[in-house]
Amino acid sequence: MKTGGALSIWFFTGLCLGVNGLLIFITGIYEIIHPPQHEVVLYNLHANVWWGAILLIFGALYAIRFSPARERKRMSANT
Amino acid sequence: MNPALLLLNSSTLVHLSPVDLVIIVFYFALVLGIGLYLKGQANTGEDFFMAGREMTAWVAGLAFLSANLGSLELMGWAGNSYKYGILAAHWYWIGAIPAMLFLALIMMPFYYVCKTHSVPGYLKLRFGTGAQAISSISFAFMTVLMSGINMYAMAVVMRVVLGWDLNFSILVSSLTVAAYVALGGLRSAIFNEVLQFFLIWAGALLIPILGLIEAGGWSGMQAKIMQNLTELHVANPGSYTHLWSTLGNFSSNPMGINWAGIVFGLGAVISMGYWTTDFLVIQRVLAAKDLRSAEMAPIIGAAFKMCVPFIVILPGLLGLALLRDPNTGHLLRLVPADVAWSPAGQAQGLHGYDEVLPLMLARYCGPGLLGLGITALIAGFMSGMAGNVSAFTTVWTYDIYGTLLNKNASDESKVRMGRWVTVIGVFISIGTAYLVMHTQSIMDYVQALFSFFIAPLFGTVILGMLWKRATPAGGWTGLLAGTLSSVGMYTWVKIDPQAVRYVAMSMDAQDQAQNMFRALWCCLICIVVTVVVSYFTKPKPDSELKDVVYGLTPIPKTEHTSIFQRPVFWAAVVAVIFVILQIIFW
Repeated sequence: MKTGGALSIWFFTGLCLGVNGLLIFITGIYEIIHPPQHEVVLYNLHANVWWGAILLIFGALYAIRFSPARERKRMSANT
Repeated sequence: MNPALLLLNSSTLVHLSPVDLVIIVFYFALVLGIGLYLKGQANTGEDFFMAGREMTAWVAGLAFLSANLGSLELMGWAGNSYKYGILAAHWYWIGAIPAMLFLALIMMPFYYVCKTHSVPGYLKLRFGTGAQAISSISFAFMTVLMSGINMYAMAVVMRVVLGWDLNFSILVSSLTVAAYVALGGLRSAIFNEVLQFFLIWAGALLIPILGLIEAGGWSGMQAKIMQNLTELHVANPGSYTHLWSTLGNFSSNPMGINWAGIVFGLGAVISMGYWTTDFLVIQRVLAAKDLRSAEMAPIIGAAFKMCVPFIVILPGLLGLALLRDPNTGHLLRLVPADVAWSPAGQAQGLHGYDEVLPLMLARYCGPGLLGLGITALIAGFMSGMAGNVSAFTTVWTYDIYGTLLNKNASDESKVRMGRWVTVIGVFISIGTAYLVMHTQSIMDYVQALFSFFIAPLFGTVILGMLWKRATPAGGWTGLLAGTLSSVGMYTWVKIDPQAVRYVAMSMDAQDQAQNMFRALWCCLICIVVTVVVSYFTKPKPDSELKDVVYGLTPIPKTEHTSIFQRPVFWAAVVAVIFVILQIIFW
């Protein structure tokens, strides 16, 4: 079940967090360059930059660690 | 202009940017893609209904927790923490952790060893088809109703938060859920529950972090709550941030409950009933690959459950400390949903308790983060629907169709039936959603109906597992007596509100306190009736109770594993942390 075949559930999780993290990070950088007209509370902390980066790193690690190629290699090694 | 002013003055709480929409669309595409990918792995009954019984402890544990971590739960309990203070955390700690550990160490071996497909299936093995039929029909009815309520609640939230059309939200979410559950079965539902678990943490964790920074830490938040509630002349303002010290009597806390109601009503009955007999959550653990994984799954779930108040209860408390009306600068006082949704409430721009989480989300999250937070809420709602639909499908196929309608059904026909019933279940849920839309009070009654069944069911199942003398007649009559007594108490209080002093032992008891005491009494009645009737009726022979009753079930031993691999060790670790949390927030 961990793998669900060649694609692991953890791969989907990594993909989801990684893509979202990348989009949020890029948006945060864009907001630094072009500050929004209406700022959220604590805008000065630029949460979307560091939170997006954390999600991107976490997601990328999972997506790579459980990538389809690695899973296939692991499955063939087990058999 | 102040952003909070913009949010509160507009007809919707937030406005999405293009990047937010991209994040939401990506989520829908991903879950549909997962459903399509898993279609080829759901060809047998075991695959479709039990995810092949090959889940690891981590996947089963996260799915077990996520099945209960829907958006109704998140927004509802954030609202309750705004209303009742930190007392709401009891539903995550004493109202969950002991029950989850009890399930793991005591009850799971019986569920797992007897290889049942469902909780009604266990009742069939233990008490016969009568108890199974009643419990499965009740459960099937409740799950489609709950699925519809999830669907309706999601549509309402999307309308309030984003201004989306109700029909659009219901159609898109229901078709997506129907597609991915019908394609991939329980495996698909579980994949999405695990995904939802991470999305919820990713989308909600920033709120308490930024909230605590703004409030000046925990002590700063406590001081602000004290100041705000004193300003509003609320009684016992200090009790909003203490977990146990105000439970000495009914009138010294905002919930109107005492320690006995929390410990015995919530901890010993309601939570035990929910976490150990509700098939919606048990189904995830039954799909574990072996007994050790099945025992570890609830323990892993319990470890994460202890952390959930950080993203649910704390935002509610922070709302109490920080939310102010941007027009007047006065404390923004949220109100009950019926007041907020009344024409007068709408005209004044009032917000309901349940809106505290979206309000806090809008307070701190700009483009991108807002899309992630909204996606987490959507994922939670859809996961709640999918969980109910997959549980309904299993109970219908195995306990109603396979037992009552077509006893000789082949495995292939059960899978075919499962796929069709998934789609039919979703359509019934859509009907329920529209029914709820026209009779909003039905949601209160559904919650009450749920408690009518769950609390006495726990009495029946626990006696069935641990006491071999319990007879089929005892089990059935006890379940019936417990359910009827619960309905009776509920009706009594509805007809004569003064009856609260007898049912909940105090006129101060609020709705939640009444639920606790009603559950406690009806479970006790169920147990007493089961015991008395069992002594007057003939028990089943021991040979028929093998694998379903304590003392007659050989439990696989785990002596040769290291202490770090033993479930009991990790259960002890979780129990110690649980006790420490109670002391810290005493």
